[in-house]
Amino acid sequence: MSDMTPAPHIAVSRMEGEAHGVVEKPLTAFDKIYNLNWLRKLVMLIVLAVIWEVYARWLNNALLFPTFAETVEALVEGAASGILVIRAWASIQMLLAGYAIGIMLAGVLTFLAIGTRIGSDFLETMTSIFNPLPAIALLPLAMTWFGLGSGSLIFVLVHSVLWTVALNTHSGFRAVSNTLRMVGQNCSLSGPRLVCMILIPAALPSILTGLKIGWAFAWRTLIAAELVFGVSSGRGGLGWFIYERKNLLDIPDVFAGLLTVIIIGLAIENLVFRKIEEKTVRRWGMQQ
Amino acid sequence: MTAPLLNVKGVTLQYRTQEHVVTATYRVDFDVSRSDRFILLGPSGCGKSTLLKAVGGYLKPTEGKISLNGRQIAAPGPDRMMVFQEFDQLLPWKTVKENVVFALEASRKLRGAAAREKAADAIAKVGLARFADSYPHTLSGGMKQRVAIARGMAMEPDILLMDEPFAALDALTRRKMQDELLALWEGTKFTVLFVTHSIAEAIKVGNRILLLSPHPGRVKARIDDIPYGMAPSAAAALEKEIHNMLFAEEIEEVEHV
Repeated sequence: MSDMTPAPHIAVSRMEGEAHGVVEKPLTAFDKIYNLNWLRKLVMLIVLAVIWEVYARWLNNALLFPTFAETVEALVEGAASGILVIRAWASIQMLLAGYAIGIMLAGVLTFLAIGTRIGSDFLETMTSIFNPLPAIALLPLAMTWFGLGSGSLIFVLVHSVLWTVALNTHSGFRAVSNTLRMVGQNCSLSGPRLVCMILIPAALPSILTGLKIGWAFAWRTLIAAELVFGVSSGRGGLGWFIYERKNLLDIPDVFAGLLTVIIIGLAIENLVFRKIEEKTVRRWGMQQ
Repeated sequence: MTAPLLNVKGVTLQYRTQEHVVTATYRVDFDVSRSDRFILLGPSGCGKSTLLKAVGGYLKPTEGKISLNGRQIAAPGPDRMMVFQEFDQLLPWKTVKENVVFALEASRKLRGAAAREKAADAIAKVGLARFADSYPHTLSGGMKQRVAIARGMAMEPDILLMDEPFAALDALTRRKMQDELLALWEGTKFTVLFVTHSIAEAIKVGNRILLLSPHPGRVKARIDDIPYGMAPSAAAALEKEIHNMLFAEEIEEVEHV
């Protein structure tokens, strides 16, 4: 019967000549420029600055709303005289201390949580209790416990960092694929070696997200706390600077302080964290 | 006949789900000799992957014994390297070469220059020398599986455990990978325990096949001495025979209705 089956006929096509159209075409100059992300945003910022300037001039009341030019002038003066730099540095120092302590505690908590069932229950319960509570809400309590000083600030900072970082790290660990764990075990990794060599790098996208959110929380919390009191041992931070200048009715300086807060926040988020992501998770294709 | 390398004796495997204790395999026996290309073949639910994981040491039998070189298997170890089906078995934060080096160093088999040399050698064998410094996410599925095979071979395990390694690949790539695996085997004659649900793949890759029936997995038949590079007509006949064996019960059930 198989003899009866006709053999299939194969017709191979000749792929010669330039029969096909253009495979690739360069973009026009406008398309190229329009595709530059930073350029589009820069144009938008300039437009906003112009609107600000026009509105403030029309309003003509520096006590309510200084012009963009006045604000920039105050910013440059503040930076040149060093006062803004000193205040910013005071804030950043405080922030780094709280951030570091918060991360260390988060590390300890997550380490216990992946090792033991009770640790995991503890972490989940504590994060669900404290995560919805804005750290700044603890400031009055912190002031009665630790007084008007860096102790209170660090307490609220730790609180703002700890739970987010712990929560993200822990969920990152839990999301590590079983296959990767098995690969680690296959190479006789277990316990702390498995955590350091497999779990931490595999969970790095979540860990970085936690660190980023923790940083943002901490920065906002610190500025807000400094608005309440900032003169611990005579050295106030940026929040205190803003509060102080408002009392002196030096509104351009208030705006300059606010701008500094924004600039530092943006710089850390876009330079430091972006760079870390580019060097790690993006390079490894773990995050788009 | 030489003494078996791997001995699986009366192995019953159970695992827990939310509500049940599921028996994956029931009193399965088989032996794997050195340089065997031993296939565990069966439909889904026959516990073939679970059996492989038990050999890997990830799961303890509730009954029976699994021993390698006469020693009972208690935990995962580098003497039984696994190649998984999933593409995410490579560490995404390490390049192709670093992935192989990592396995060698983490298991304390080799370190430093010796590990790097061994890794380069294994990567060249699977034809990926050009991609040694690429990160896994830039590779195709087939290439990732090649890296996993290279990692497994570089470790020179007593037995290479392969859990449907080509199942997630497209049909053309899968065929090519089967040919490559056989070519690699010709080189060093390593022992491999290979899980698949494809009858054609089992016949092509294996020299021995253990046929498992589903729910729970029990040994249905064992096929030994499958010739290397079987003629297509003979392979087709064997495929049909295995197919009939696997699905005989279902047809009977239908007939009884």
